[in-house]
Amino acid sequence: MQPADLPQAKVSIQDLSLQYADGTESLRGISFDIPANQITVLFGPAGGGKSTLLRCLNRLNDLTEVKKLDGKILIEGENILDPKTDVIALRRRVGMVFARPVVLPFSIRSNLTYGLELAGERRKSRLTEAVERSLSQAALWEEVKDRLDDPAIALSGGQQQRLCLARVLALQPAIILLDEPTSGLDPISTGKVEASLQELKKTYTVVLVPHSVQQAARTADFAAFFLQGELVEYAHGEEAFTNPKDQRTEDYVTGRFG
Amino acid sequence: MKKSLTWREYVITRAIKVSGYSAIVFVGLIFFFLLREGLPVFGEVPISTLFNTRWYPIEEYYGILPLITGSLIVTIGAALVAIPFGIGTAVYIAEVSPRWMREVLKPLVELLGGLPSVVLGFLGILVLSPYLRVLLDLPTGLSALAGALLLGGIAIPTIVSIAEDALDAVPRSYREGAWALGATRWQTIWRVTFPAAKSGVLTAIMLGVGRAIGETMTVMMVTGNAPVLAILPGSILSPVRTMTATIAAEMGEVASGSVHYHVLFFIGMVLFLISLIVNIAASSVVFRSKKRAERILS
Ligand SMILES: Nc1ncnc2c1ncn2[C@@H]1O[C@H](COP(=O)(O)OP(=O)(O)O)[C@@H](O)[C@H]1O
Ligand SMILES: [Mg+2]
Repeated sequence: MQPADLPQAKVSIQDLSLQYADGTESLRGISFDIPANQITVLFGPAGGGKSTLLRCLNRLNDLTEVKKLDGKILIEGENILDPKTDVIALRRRVGMVFARPVVLPFSIRSNLTYGLELAGERRKSRLTEAVERSLSQAALWEEVKDRLDDPAIALSGGQQQRLCLARVLALQPAIILLDEPTSGLDPISTGKVEASLQELKKTYTVVLVPHSVQQAARTADFAAFFLQGELVEYAHGEEAFTNPKDQRTEDYVTGRFG
Repeated sequence: MKKSLTWREYVITRAIKVSGYSAIVFVGLIFFFLLREGLPVFGEVPISTLFNTRWYPIEEYYGILPLITGSLIVTIGAALVAIPFGIGTAVYIAEVSPRWMREVLKPLVELLGGLPSVVLGFLGILVLSPYLRVLLDLPTGLSALAGALLLGGIAIPTIVSIAEDALDAVPRSYREGAWALGATRWQTIWRVTFPAAKSGVLTAIMLGVGRAIGETMTVMMVTGNAPVLAILPGSILSPVRTMTATIAAEMGEVASGSVHYHVLFFIGMVLFLISLIVNIAASSVVFRSKKRAERILS
């Protein structure tokens, strides 16, 4: 199932199954590798289990009621589903951007330094440096550099989403998960976010759930097609959209359903 | 058809307006009545006597300071009990407890809030104060402490119920945002959920403590009712008497229009003033944070 020449794996998912407390089987025996320094796209119709998978990768599902969770997720060889894993450290290593921007009720600056302060960083110079670096990486620095102390919630939707991305980048994680990060944004902001992602993959491993097939095709280095909790196809981005092997993938990318 | 509609609209708007204004009129009338019955006191008793430390109406000592300090010490004590426990419980129910526990606890707390305070006073006399007397080796357990504990108990359900609603109204996405940044559960509660729910939590405290200030029955039953000046920290262990209890206990026995009668109304005025100040202070805090939130959200 894996594309033949997959670069070195950063994350290896092995036979992962998840069932929520209400009995919904959201993931069924998923196995695939996510390569380092690439954009891996998880796409497919709603309810396919894409968000559920992302929330396993940083163990955010610990906080929802899950009945059954089997399989392994190896990040750099270490099984993060092991109960002994330091979940807090994991979440710093695996950052997440949500569909709706969730700026915290603080200033722009504090939104960025919050994660670092939680991690115990006290040095002013480090914090200041992180603010500028992460905002530049998220293509937001020019727009907000003169009002870092304004409430973050006063930013526009597109700016808020880039702030959320910057907030994750401030922690310098190894992996960035993005769950439909541009679903509420206008085309221009969407373009900016997509451009940052191309930049970011040089340093980070990026896992993106796009909000449309077009975005999937535009951004994917590798693409995994999810349907009702199953991984149907996993291929090079190009191939998945122009020459899919599975009939169901083809039906979806050509717009016959979904 | 058209005409009857506008006519109905007119009647309904008027009816709503009348009920709205009537609330204001009633408060105004109460205030006017208080002033009419209370103000004559200034012609009858010298100010120096009023703000004295001896309350003994039979011999015309009308010093209300012991009553004020009695009310203060009991209310502050109650707030010290109710705020930490109330907010702690609200946080537990909203943030920590599993769902089934929440569904049991929330109605239970609301049920407690509806308990008549005389029942609590009864428990205070029979259970709490004898226990305090033995535990702390006091001459009597009927003390400011007993009153503060019970009043705190009365305020807790109000605080828990409203603060829990406020915490629960904070969108789950805020919490997930913080968790995803590596915040622990406690850090999320303290730095994100709690600040986001701040004005609701403050309202909860105000309503809870407000209920404690106005409470009469319980404090009358358990504080020992001795009008002694309570200024030392140690007076928390001695009997005190509050303003509300004094009015309730003595109003039935005074001759209408007498000096004592006017002094009781004067105490009512002071109470009115105190709760007014507390309310204004509280709403200005809540209002300020509201306005800031509104500005932010616009
Ligand atoms: N917290 C939850 N409790 C129960 N079922 C859930 C929960 N979250 C998601 N689901 C279910 O799991 C399935 C997969 O959902 P999700 O991972 O959100 O899919 P996607 O992101 O691909 O749209 C859906 O059927 C959804 O209803
Ligand atoms: Mg989703």
